[in-house]
Amino acid sequence: MAVLTYREALNDALREEMERDDSTFIIGEEVGEYDGAYKVTKGLLEQFGEWRVRDAPIAELGFAGLGVGAAMAGLRPIVEFMTWNFALLAIDEVVNAAAKMFQMSGGQYNVPIVFRGPGGAALQLAAQHSQSPEPWYSYVPGLKVIAPATAKDAKGLLKSAIRDNDPVVFIESEIMYNLVRDEVPEEEYLTPIGKAEVKREGSDVTVVCHSKMVHQALAAARTLEKEEIDVEVLDLRTVRPLDVDAVVASVKKTNRAVVAEEGWPMCNIGAQVVDDIQREAFDSLDAPVARVNGLDVPMPYAKNLEKLATPNADHVAAAVRHVCYAD
Amino acid sequence: MSPADPGRSTATVSDAPAAGAPGGGSGEDPDAFLGLSKEECVALLREMIIERRFEEKAAEVYQVGKIGGFCHLYIGQEAVSAGSISPLRDDDYVITAYRDHSQAIARGMTPNAVMAELYGRVDGCSKGFGGSMHMFDKTLNFMGGHGIVGSHLPLAIGVGYAIRYRGGDQVCLCFFGDSVVNIGAFHESMNMAARWKLPVIFLLENNRYGMGTDYRRVAAVKELKDRGRAYEGLTSLDVDGMDVLAVRQAMEEAIERGRNEKTPSFIEARCFRYMGHSMADPMHGTYRTREEVEKWRSDDPILSFTRRLMDAGRLTEEEYKAIDGEAKEIAEESAAFADRSPLPDPEALYRYVYSDGYPDDMRRRDAWRKELR
Repeated sequence: MAVLTYREALNDALREEMERDDSTFIIGEEVGEYDGAYKVTKGLLEQFGEWRVRDAPIAELGFAGLGVGAAMAGLRPIVEFMTWNFALLAIDEVVNAAAKMFQMSGGQYNVPIVFRGPGGAALQLAAQHSQSPEPWYSYVPGLKVIAPATAKDAKGLLKSAIRDNDPVVFIESEIMYNLVRDEVPEEEYLTPIGKAEVKREGSDVTVVCHSKMVHQALAAARTLEKEEIDVEVLDLRTVRPLDVDAVVASVKKTNRAVVAEEGWPMCNIGAQVVDDIQREAFDSLDAPVARVNGLDVPMPYAKNLEKLATPNADHVAAAVRHVCYAD
Repeated sequence: MSPADPGRSTATVSDAPAAGAPGGGSGEDPDAFLGLSKEECVALLREMIIERRFEEKAAEVYQVGKIGGFCHLYIGQEAVSAGSISPLRDDDYVITAYRDHSQAIARGMTPNAVMAELYGRVDGCSKGFGGSMHMFDKTLNFMGGHGIVGSHLPLAIGVGYAIRYRGGDQVCLCFFGDSVVNIGAFHESMNMAARWKLPVIFLLENNRYGMGTDYRRVAAVKELKDRGRAYEGLTSLDVDGMDVLAVRQAMEEAIERGRNEKTPSFIEARCFRYMGHSMADPMHGTYRTREEVEKWRSDDPILSFTRRLMDAGRLTEEEYKAIDGEAKEIAEESAAFADRSPLPDPEALYRYVYSDGYPDDMRRRDAWRKELR
């Protein structure tokens, strides 16, 4: 096992899949000569040439749609959005074209494409650059939405996404590119799409989370261990299709649940998870499910306000104590 | 007059004078028909007549509720679809917007499959999942049928990218309407197609009205083809879209550029739709006059090509009548076929959401619908 950063793991996934399948290409802003705005595509232009690593004009709608058309014509495009904030300009091609083409054509044109880039807040980037896009895309039948928390999952899931025959929205994290590093197998592996993973086993309460909040949940679990509360951390990894079976199984074991995510509360992933739990595990619950999320405001710039609006490990710990009636 | 009076739009065709007796056609210019044989010319005419009779039948059955939703008819624009698709090869690609029945037929889809799709039946080209706006046939490289104005132009350059990527010599023909020239996706697509030399033919069908808005009221250029002039490497031109041979000639040249030089083209075909924007709209509405519609109809593409062929001795009155009779039968049969075709199986509801199947645990969320359990 080698310890890799989240960024390095993604770069390895791209390189391996591009070596494996020459119908795979990357298009996006600064992916080539600049080596990627966040260096995820570092070295790929040199290895694969400009037709496979294509520097695009700043035209998200255009190059996202280019990817969809190329996928319909048999290629496997990877469309990099410099950040998911800019992808809003392209959401028509993701939602109205990529997601619906397979059904609209009566099963003739599937769209094997990956849309990827970083989402979520970083540090003091203010309102337009600090938001979590998972719910926008998870709403849409036809899309698969992945938001990995570890380098190992980032690599295994990106490889699976590239080989998948349907459109995948792959949400990375600016903060995690460097800060997250963990052991990644040296041999070839794929991480299945649509499968959650227990990142920490526990018996008292389940924290359902994904992406950055997995690390906050694990930190909270370490704190709560000292208070003799045994937390199970369930990392969804894929938020659509959502692994309802895994959520229900864990909650039936622990009888308590907290759902934690970085984004806004209304219509987010957690709202759906709470619904799944109440429908399928209502009789197992010893307490109402608690939610942890970003506050319902556009992200402010000022450091103190940003901190206030962003969920952290302390919030997760407090919610766990609450559902355990330990607060 | 009823806005959907189908007979009206073709009344002039059968009034075509039987000029030019067989073998006549004095002093025919050999280039007058682009080197096409008599049979090829008649095939073009036949294609246009089938498209028109089909759309008339669609209007008729729409009125009695056989077709649901939006239904945008193509009557009046047949010279563009027939003239542009006929010179393509089978391995070329076609993509279009939501006024797509005629392009589908021109590309080789059977009128039966198109009508069954309009009826929402399993034998429709998209198995009843697409409807009027979403005709698809992968075996014909007919890539839809897209309902968001301008959104398929980026798809077209993606097809062009795939062609270059594989080193092929195909082209991608992309139809769209005049309202598209004001959309960002139009410029983003033309820019990339020109910069990377993608073999895409952008075929603007300027039927003068984006729904009910005269293009001159909203475009800050007089000539829409001038919108293409901003892009080096993109050939921009306009053509009489009521003249099937003029369209075909412009297309043949664009195809050559695409195959040999890999460069894109932008063709503005000036044409006119006789019907309202969709079946929900009257023929004239508040935005155009009866006189304007009548003026364009007097230059009808089927009528004028029929006359031209007769004048050149390439078509007789009898032949014309036979073709028209056959076209009417084809249209009638398509409606009968669609009527016979079954409705889609309810089991198909989740079948095409994901190519690897819809997850069982997510499907439990729909268990409140007892019939879906």
